[in-house]
Amino acid sequence: MPSMWINSLEQLIRRTSADLPNDVEAALRRAQRKEKPGSAARWALDTILTNVALARERDAPLCQDTGALSFYCRAPRRFDTRGLTAAIHAAVRRATTKGFLRPNTVDPLTRCPCAHNLGPGAPVIHVEFERRRTVEVRLILKGGGSENVSVQFSLPDLRLKAGRDLEGVRCCLLWTLVQAQGQGCAPGVLGVCIGGDRAAGAEYAKRQLLRPLSDRATEPRLAALERKALQDAQKLLIGPMGLGGATTLLGVKIGALASLPASFFVSVAYMCWAFRRRGIVLDAAGRVVRQLYD
Amino acid sequence: MIKKLTYPFTPAQVRSLKVGERVLLCGRIFTGRDRLHQYLAAGRRSPVSLRNGAIYHCGPVVVRAKGRWNVRAAGPTTSARLEPYMASIIKRYGLSLIIGKGGMGASTAQACRDYGCTYLQAVGGAAQVLKDTVQKVCGVHLYKAFGPTEALWELEVRDFPCLVTMDARGRNLPAQIAKRSETMLRKLTR
Repeated sequence: MPSMWINSLEQLIRRTSADLPNDVEAALRRAQRKEKPGSAARWALDTILTNVALARERDAPLCQDTGALSFYCRAPRRFDTRGLTAAIHAAVRRATTKGFLRPNTVDPLTRCPCAHNLGPGAPVIHVEFERRRTVEVRLILKGGGSENVSVQFSLPDLRLKAGRDLEGVRCCLLWTLVQAQGQGCAPGVLGVCIGGDRAAGAEYAKRQLLRPLSDRATEPRLAALERKALQDAQKLLIGPMGLGGATTLLGVKIGALASLPASFFVSVAYMCWAFRRRGIVLDAAGRVVRQLYD
Repeated sequence: MIKKLTYPFTPAQVRSLKVGERVLLCGRIFTGRDRLHQYLAAGRRSPVSLRNGAIYHCGPVVVRAKGRWNVRAAGPTTSARLEPYMASIIKRYGLSLIIGKGGMGASTAQACRDYGCTYLQAVGGAAQVLKDTVQKVCGVHLYKAFGPTEALWELEVRDFPCLVTMDARGRNLPAQIAKRSETMLRKLTR
């Protein structure tokens, strides 16, 4: 793959690690206004917003956990994905060498670092083909604290008293937040999938995080659940960084997949406040023609 | 009021800290995460003296340029993962302070009371704000064995900001908030 592709992808990684998207930052500002000056929650949000500005200004990682990398690509039909994969790998290698990414990938058996954040299954690259001329690449960096508290439920769940309906799903989401407190950095965002099999559900839940915070599910029942779960989440009073406060969650994004009659999975991808997602559109030469998030 | 504490952190200073107080740390602190805690709890010799010291749950981004280590990002990692090891490390090495995020469990809380240790919370994800307090990297240990993220970095900090959330008197803010949220959860899912 020519170097233009590698450069553009390296810039995407660098920017994703350093520059929090506007919708997330605006939501954090709204949360900041709700906390009393002098409170622990306000201190946390003031620090968070100062940090967001510093990282952007310096082009340096927002969080030292530069996360697991998931690339979501859309390419023209018959596009050579081997070249794209090679370019992504080269870009990850460079971004690691330059310190935009921490050596953050280990061998699961020895726990020793994999060179340049490249290993079996790392980074994760999804490619879909469609009728188009350009290539779209979106990237999510998700830290370990937030990944560790992501969950999958199989309903009914007696512990939670969650049945096989949308009310049961709401229980799962609130339960997730209570378990996540202090571990996944709040206020975060939930990506949710109702249904699917276990693998597809987990993947689709994470994919919901590609949606901007301002949108709503197109299916009205899911949209209503998104709104209700978000309202209820704030009543838990877990607050920023689990220090207590008015904002525990910035958003809920729910999707649904068909499933077996016997199965009712609820998959939840918890994303921390350091919600690093960016995207670019590339032309055939690998030049960036458009940014996908502000 | 914001308290300033400078290394070495004396038992009297540590016992005076109360939950909810903000603290600025100065002097030497030591990073450590999963592998270091496992190593220390297994009874291996610590490469540095931890007596009256602070362990910072952190895996920094550090790059080497012109023969010097440069910290590029250094926020806290989740302390809860280190719960199985923390109490024995406090006891064995005479640790005064733990810095991390999210609070820790009952055995650490008990060890804090028994041995006069205090848990301080730094703001998770605030890697730039916190790295700015690092004046110097004074050394690195177990780098070869654990790699750069899990190694023990000796950092010289100035005015490192944190909040007391578990004190040596047994008060525990994360436990209070967890309890309240569990009560609310029961009400919301009845």
